[in-house]
Amino acid sequence: MAEFKEISPDAPAATRLMNWVDNRFPASKLFKEHMSEYYAPKNFNFWYVFGSLALLVLVIQIVTGIFLTMHYKPDAALAFGSVEYIMRDVPWGWLIRYMHSTGASAFFVVVYLHMFRGLIYGSYRKPRELIWIFGCAIFLALMAEAFMGYLLPWGQMSYWGAQVIVNLFAAIPFIGPDLALLIRGDYVVGDATLNRFFAFHVIAVPLVLLGLVVAHIIALHEVGSNNPDGVEIKKHKDASGKPLDGIPFHPYYTVHDIFAVSVFLMIFSAIIFFAPEAGGYFLEYNNFIPADPLKTPLHIAPVWYFTPYYSMLRAITSQMMYALIACVLLGAVLGVLKAKIAGLFKAIIVGAAVVLVAAMLMIDAKFWGVVVMGGAVIILFFLPWLDNSEVKSIRYRPDWHKYMYAIFVLNFVVLGYLGIKPPSLINERVSQIGTLFYFGFFLLMPWWSRLGTFKTPPDRVTFAAH
Amino acid sequence: MMKTFKQLALGLVAVLALAGNVAHAASEGIAWDKAPNKTNDLGALQNGAKLFVNYCLNCHSAAFMRYNRLQDIGLTEQQIKDNLLFASDKVGEAMKVAMDPKQAKEWFGGNPPDLTLVARSRAGAGGAGADYLYTFLRSYYRDETTATGWNNLAFPNVGMPHVLWEMSGERKPLFDEKEERGHKVQVFKGWQQVTPGTMSPLQYDQAMADLVGYMQWMGEPAQNTRVRVGVWVLLFLLMFTFIAWRLNASFWKDIK
Repeated sequence: MAEFKEISPDAPAATRLMNWVDNRFPASKLFKEHMSEYYAPKNFNFWYVFGSLALLVLVIQIVTGIFLTMHYKPDAALAFGSVEYIMRDVPWGWLIRYMHSTGASAFFVVVYLHMFRGLIYGSYRKPRELIWIFGCAIFLALMAEAFMGYLLPWGQMSYWGAQVIVNLFAAIPFIGPDLALLIRGDYVVGDATLNRFFAFHVIAVPLVLLGLVVAHIIALHEVGSNNPDGVEIKKHKDASGKPLDGIPFHPYYTVHDIFAVSVFLMIFSAIIFFAPEAGGYFLEYNNFIPADPLKTPLHIAPVWYFTPYYSMLRAITSQMMYALIACVLLGAVLGVLKAKIAGLFKAIIVGAAVVLVAAMLMIDAKFWGVVVMGGAVIILFFLPWLDNSEVKSIRYRPDWHKYMYAIFVLNFVVLGYLGIKPPSLINERVSQIGTLFYFGFFLLMPWWSRLGTFKTPPDRVTFAAH
Repeated sequence: MMKTFKQLALGLVAVLALAGNVAHAASEGIAWDKAPNKTNDLGALQNGAKLFVNYCLNCHSAAFMRYNRLQDIGLTEQQIKDNLLFASDKVGEAMKVAMDPKQAKEWFGGNPPDLTLVARSRAGAGGAGADYLYTFLRSYYRDETTATGWNNLAFPNVGMPHVLWEMSGERKPLFDEKEERGHKVQVFKGWQQVTPGTMSPLQYDQAMADLVGYMQWMGEPAQNTRVRVGVWVLLFLLMFTFIAWRLNASFWKDIK
C-alpha cells in the first residue's frame, strides 16, 4: 500500500491532478510497470509486431461489432436483409461491415504469424508456459468466435457451414445427437441457432477472449519477453537492476509498433476499399445468396482460416483408420521395448493401446475425424513439454530443424489449400499424409528435437544498431 | 536462416498461385466473356435500370434495393416515380415483385431468384459475376426439348425463357467437333443469327452491357464511393507511415 503523498500547492495543475489520482488509483505505477519501465529485449525483429497487431484487430472487431449490432437483426427471416440494409442504407454501414469481415480474416493472419514466431524462437518454453497456454486458449476462443460470427449474415455458406460443423458433434458416441440438438436448439440449423450464436458471438465469447488477453499480457509482463536469440536478458543487469539488453517498452516499442500499425493498416485498408471479398476468400460468393434450408450448395467449404483443420477432418476415412491403428500399435510396441519404466506401466501402455484400438475399430471414422480436428488444436497446448531441444531459438538449432519447421508450415498451407478444394482421391491421400506429418511433428518432437548438433547461444543478445 | 525463409516463401507462393484459381468449383456451361465495366457510366446505368425495371422486375425481385437509391445514378425522385415505378407506388420502397410465387412455380418450375446481389453471388472461377451475367444474357438459343422452348449455353436447362428475344432475335450456336482423349467432343465456336431482332447484334451487346452494369452497381451501390474513399485513405496512410518510420528511426538511433 502506497503512502498518501502531499505535494506543494504551488505545483502545476496537471501535476496536482496526477498526484490526486495516484493517491487513489495506481495510474502512474501501472504505466511505469507495463510501459515506461517494462524492459523488453532490444533485439526484437519483424516477427515481434504481430502481438500488438492482434490487439489492434481485437479492438477494431469490438468497435465495429458494436456498431453492427445497432442495425443487425438476429432473426432468420430478417438477418440477411439487415446485413444488406447495413451495406446500403446505413450511412457508412458498408465500411463498418467490411472492416468487420476483413478484420476476421486479418485476425487469423496476425494470430497465425504470432504463433509461428512463438514456435521458431521457443517463446513457449520455461518460464513462459502459461503465456503460451493462455495464447492457445485465445486461439480456441477466436475459432469459436469466428465460427459463430460466420452464421450471422445468414447466407447459404453461413447456413450450410454451420449445419456441417454442428452435425459433426452428432458423431460423438452416446451423447452426440443430444449434444448437437443442444447446440442447434432445433433439429436443423434455424432461428434458435441463429439467436444463440448471436448471444455467444457478441457477449459470451468476447468476454472470455478479453479475460484471456489480459491474462496473456499479465503473464508476459511477469516473466518478460523472449527474443530471437532465446537468451534471458534478466541474467545481466546493471547496478540499478535494469537488464543491460532491455529497453523501456515505451517509447521504443510504442513507436516501433506505431510504424508496424501504419504498414498493417495500409494492407488492411487496401483490402477493405479495393477488394473486400478478397477473391471469394474473405467473403464467399455463395454467401450473397440468402440461406435456403432446402437447397444444399454443391460444394461447402469453410472460410480459409479453418481449412487446414477441415482437411484433417476429411482425411480420416475408414481406410485411414487402419493407418492410425498401426500408429497406435507401433507406439505401444516401442513404448514397451524402449521405455525405461516399471513393468506395471508397460502393462498399462499395452492395456490402453488395446482399449484404444478396440474403440477405433468399433466407432465410426467420422467421430475420429472430429477427434483429430480437435486434437490438432489441443496438441498445441502441450508444446512446452514436447520440445526437448537444448536451445530455445531456431537460430542455434541444427540446420535440419529449420527444414523441419519449413516443411511444417508448407504442410499446413497445403492442408489449408486442400480444405478449400472439393474432395478427390489424390487430395484425400495428400491430406492424409499431411495429417500424419502434422501429428508426427508434435508427437515425436520429444525425440527429434534433441537430435543434431546445436550451436551455443551467445551470452548477450545479438543486436546491430539501426 | 534467411535461406530457409526464402525457400519457405517460394513454396508458399507456389501453393497460393495454385489456390488462386480453384477457390470455387468450376461451374458448368461455356467460358464467360468479360463484361465491360459500366459502373461509373451514369448514362449506361440509367439505361440498364430502365431495362431492368421493364424486363427483369416482372418476375424477379430486387428486394434489398430501394427505388430512391436510383438517385445515386443521377435520376431525380420525380423521374423515378414517372418512369420506373411499376410494381409499387412509394419511391422509398424496395423493388418487390408483383408475381405470385405459387404461379411462378407453376410456370417456371421454381421461384425466380432475387437479383439484388446476383452480380456478387454469381462470381466464381470463371470470372466476376458481371461476366457471367453478360455471357448468360447473350447465350440463349431455341431448344424444342425444354418446357419454355429456350435453352442457354451459360446455364444449361435454365428455367427462364429468353425474355429479351425480340431485341436479340433468334441465334444458333455453332460447334466444332474435336477429339479429346479419344472422345469426340463438341466445342463451342460462335453464334449464327437466325432471325433478326429489333437491335443489331452490336446494339444488343451494348444494351446487355448496360443492364449488367446496372446489376453490378445494384449489387453494391457503394462500390465506387468505396474506391474513391480508399484512395484518400491510402494516401493518408502513406504519409502517416512515412512519419511513423522517421519517428521510429529518431527514437531508435539512441539504442546502441
